[in-house]
Order: sequence, then structure tokens, then C-alpha cells
Amino acid sequence: MNEFFSMGGYGSYIWASYGLAALAMIILLVMTLRGLRQSQTELDQLETVLKARRPRRTRTTDQSPTS
Amino acid sequence: MHRFAKPSVFLKLTGAMMPWVVALTVILTAAGLYLALIGSPVDYQQGNTVRIMYIHVPAAWMGLFCYVGMALCGAMSLIWKHPLADICARATAPVGATFTALTLITGSLWGEPMWGTWWVWDARLTSMLILLFLYLGYIALVNAFDDPERGSKAGSALALVGAINVPIVKFSVDWWNTLHQPASVARMGGPTIDPSMLAPLLIMAFAFTGYYFIVLVLRVRLELNQRRIRALQLSGLFDERPVASGDHDELAYDQGHNAGASK
Amino acid sequence: MNAFVAILRRDLRLALRQGADSVMVVAFFIVTTTLFPFGVGPEANILARIASGVIWVSALLAAMLSLERVFQTDYEDGTLELLTLSPAPLELLVLGKVCAHWLTTGLPLIIAAPVMAVMLNMDQDGFGTLMIAMLIGTPALSLIGAIGAALILGARRGGVLVSLLVLPLYIPVLIFGAGAVEAALLGISAQAQLQIMGAILLLSLAAAPFATAHAIRQAVE
Repeated sequence: MNEFFSMGGYGSYIWASYGLAALAMIILLVMTLRGLRQSQTELDQLETVLKARRPRRTRTTDQSPTS
Repeated sequence: MHRFAKPSVFLKLTGAMMPWVVALTVILTAAGLYLALIGSPVDYQQGNTVRIMYIHVPAAWMGLFCYVGMALCGAMSLIWKHPLADICARATAPVGATFTALTLITGSLWGEPMWGTWWVWDARLTSMLILLFLYLGYIALVNAFDDPERGSKAGSALALVGAINVPIVKFSVDWWNTLHQPASVARMGGPTIDPSMLAPLLIMAFAFTGYYFIVLVLRVRLELNQRRIRALQLSGLFDERPVASGDHDELAYDQGHNAGASK
Repeated sequence: MNAFVAILRRDLRLALRQGADSVMVVAFFIVTTTLFPFGVGPEANILARIASGVIWVSALLAAMLSLERVFQTDYEDGTLELLTLSPAPLELLVLGKVCAHWLTTGLPLIIAAPVMAVMLNMDQDGFGTLMIAMLIGTPALSLIGAIGAALILGARRGGVLVSLLVLPLYIPVLIFGAGAVEAALLGISAQAQLQIMGAILLLSLAAAPFATAHAIRQAVE
């Protein structure tokens, strides 16, 4: 097992490569997921607020008052 | 009509594909890691450091692939003016930049034991560095505008200009490199790759592609959400006044697709 | 063609009246070049060795410095919007503006370059090639730079942004520009490098006005 981790003396380079790759990819994924969740809650809040203010409005803004 | 349909179709289609792609990516990553770290032989020249190649080379492929994808999206947005193309290009950039940065980092982690230095002005590494600069320029430009749509459009134009430039940069860097460092530098990889080494390389490349797809879809959803939030905020602000025709269009389109997507 | 000449004359007259632009670009070029001996030491051999690269890098930075103003003032006071509405093709007008930019920045740099080459102890053999290479290279810099200048219209922190966008695109010009001078200094023909630079210039001449005009239309719409 120890032999496997030392990788013939190059262990630190190899594990650093794999570790950094995993880290960078996971960070990007987590940041994206977090942003998505935040935007979703913000969107839901906005929608409830707007719906409360204008009960008749449903799907589009086509009925937005003119003048 | 196609403005209404496309984003919702995209969301529906990708939503259905998502679980399969995630499962496939997990399996491919596990298989790729097993082959790369345990199941493949030690290179007679590079020793165990050849295992870095199984990250480095697929990451380099992805870095280039993502840029090509961005440029294609840029072309599509130029020709068909489809907003989804801009959004896809914008969602691709961070993934491409990450893979390009990983190429450089793993390249220098490979170079330290093999070449004896962290960095060599090798033609391929230098080209990848310039590619990273192009990505950073794109990301900076896209985020520099108050109106995200305007930023995406400018970014698409830049991606196209950059794509024309990439081959020229590649050629000039190769030329510059042969001039200043007569071919004494060891080449990464080699003319012939043993099948036992090609398998982990390809499997890792497919795993990375799956990862790219997942992040792309998530980021497109994020971007669509943010546009919708912006549109709703604008409509909230200008409630009592008529909405300008441009905003109105965008609003209708955004709400249209989201209503379709939430089903 | 009339429109091209009109916009060229207008921009040149504006630049001459304000006067500061060309002088500032040349001053920046000279000051930047002067910094290198302080950085690497005054040894004549070392300076002669790096002279071509230093001059080209400084020229690149100087040309880039003035890019932001190519369209920015016209964008702010609305002139650009009028230009997009004019019957003349916007690409031609862009070419006129780029031409004016080159005449007010590229040309002074070409004149200033040999002076700096003397100060950096460059061998006499390289002077002719340096000037020819700059004559071919600087218009390409103006053309490529115009794309960046048009893309950043309306953006925050446009000045820093334009350098990030444009400098990577300048690398081929730098490589072949400095390479041509190096070849001449070694006594080899620099024809290959100059021809490639000519190709880069022609390609940017063909593509840049369209890309720039496209970016301007986006900005004013």
C-alpha cells in the first residue's frame, strides 16, 4: 500500500496533480450549484412578492398597464 | 416562436438527460481513475509520472474543446441571434478556463521531476498559457457590463475573434519556440501510445466531457434564472410605466420559457 | 470613399488640436524603454541582446494605451450612434478611425524607435529591418486593437479590460516583429518574418473592420 502511494518516489507530484484537479473541478461544481440554489430562492421570493402585488397577473407581462 | 421554444426545449431535454449523464460520468471517472492509477503500466521512460498525463492530456483537450465550443456558440449567436447561444458560451468559459489552468498546473508538476524545472517555455505549454489569457479576457469582458445580455454579446464577438487568432498564435509560438530552443526539449506523450495507456486517457477524456456537460447545464439554468430575476426586478421597478419594447420582449420570452420549464 | 476621408480628417484634426495624444504615446514609449536598463543593468551587451524585444514590447504597450480613446469619446457624446446611422458603411468609417489612430500613434512610434535602438546599443544592421517591421506591424496593432476598443464600449473599467483583451492577440505581431530584427542582427534575411507579418496585417485588414463595426453596432443599439 505504501508503495502505491509513493509512486516510485514521484508520489507528491502525482497526488498533487490528481488532488488539484479534483479540487478545482469540485469547487467549480459547488459554486455553480450554490449559485443556482441562491438564484432559485431569490426568484421564488420575487415571484411571490409580485404575485401578491398584482393578483391578476399570471404568466406574461402583456397586461402591464399602459399610461 | 422559436425564441420561446428553444430555451424550454433545451431545459426539458437536458433535464431528462441529466441523471444518465451524472451516472455515466461517475462510472467513467471511477473506471478512469482505476486505470490511470492502478490498472496501467509504468512508462519505461517517464516512470510513474506518466500517470499525470492521464489528467494533463484530457484537460488540455477539454481546454481546446471548450474554446471551440465557445467560438461555435459565438458564431451561432452572430448568425441566428439566439440568446441561448450566448448563454452557452458564457457558461462554457469557466469550465474551459479551469481545464486550461489544470493543464498548466499538471504540466508543471510533470515538468519538475522530468525536466527539472517547474516551467519551460515549451511551445505547447506557452500556447496553453495564452489560451488561458484568452479565457480570462473573455470572462472579464462578459462580466464588465451592467446588462448581462450586452456582456454576453460582446463576449461572443470576442470568442470569434479569438478563435481566428488561436491558430495564428499556435503557429507563431511554435515558430518562436523552434527558433529559441532547438528541439532538445523532451516531448510530452509520444508518436505511438500503447493501448494500455490510451484507454485511461480516452476514458478520462470522456469523464471530463461528462463533467463539462453537467456544469454547462447547471450554469445555463443559473444564467436563465438570473436573467429572469433581472427582468422581474425591472418590471417591479417600472410597474406604473409602460415597459420599453426591448425589455418587454425579453420579459415575455423569459417568463415563457420558465413557465414551460417548471412543468 | 468620401466618408473615409472625412472621418480620417476629422479624427486627425481633433488629435492635432488636442495634440497631447501623440506626444503622450511617444513619451510613454520612451519612458517604458528607459526603465529596462534600470531593471537589467547598463551592460551594453545585455542591452543590445534584448533591444529588439524591449522596443517591440514597449511599442505594443504604447499602442495599447491610446486604444481606449479611439471610440470612447465618440461613444460618450453620441457621435458613434450618428455614424452607425450614416449611409456610408460603418466598416469604412471604422477603417478611417483606425487609420487616424495609426497616423497619430503608430507613425510617431516608428520614428521614435530608432532613437531608442541607439540608446539600447542595438547594432546598426537591425535599424532598417526594425523600421520596416514596425511599418508593417503597427497598422496591424491598430486594427486588432480597434476590435478591443469597440468591445469595451459601455463596460466598467474599460481601460484595464482592453489590455487584457488585446495583449494576447498582439503576441504573433510581437514574435515576428522581434524575430525579424533578431534575424537582421544575425545577418540572416528577415524576409520570412516580414512576409508573415504582412499576412497578419492583410488578415486583420480584412477581418478587423467587420468585427469592430459589429461590436460598435452592439454597443449603440
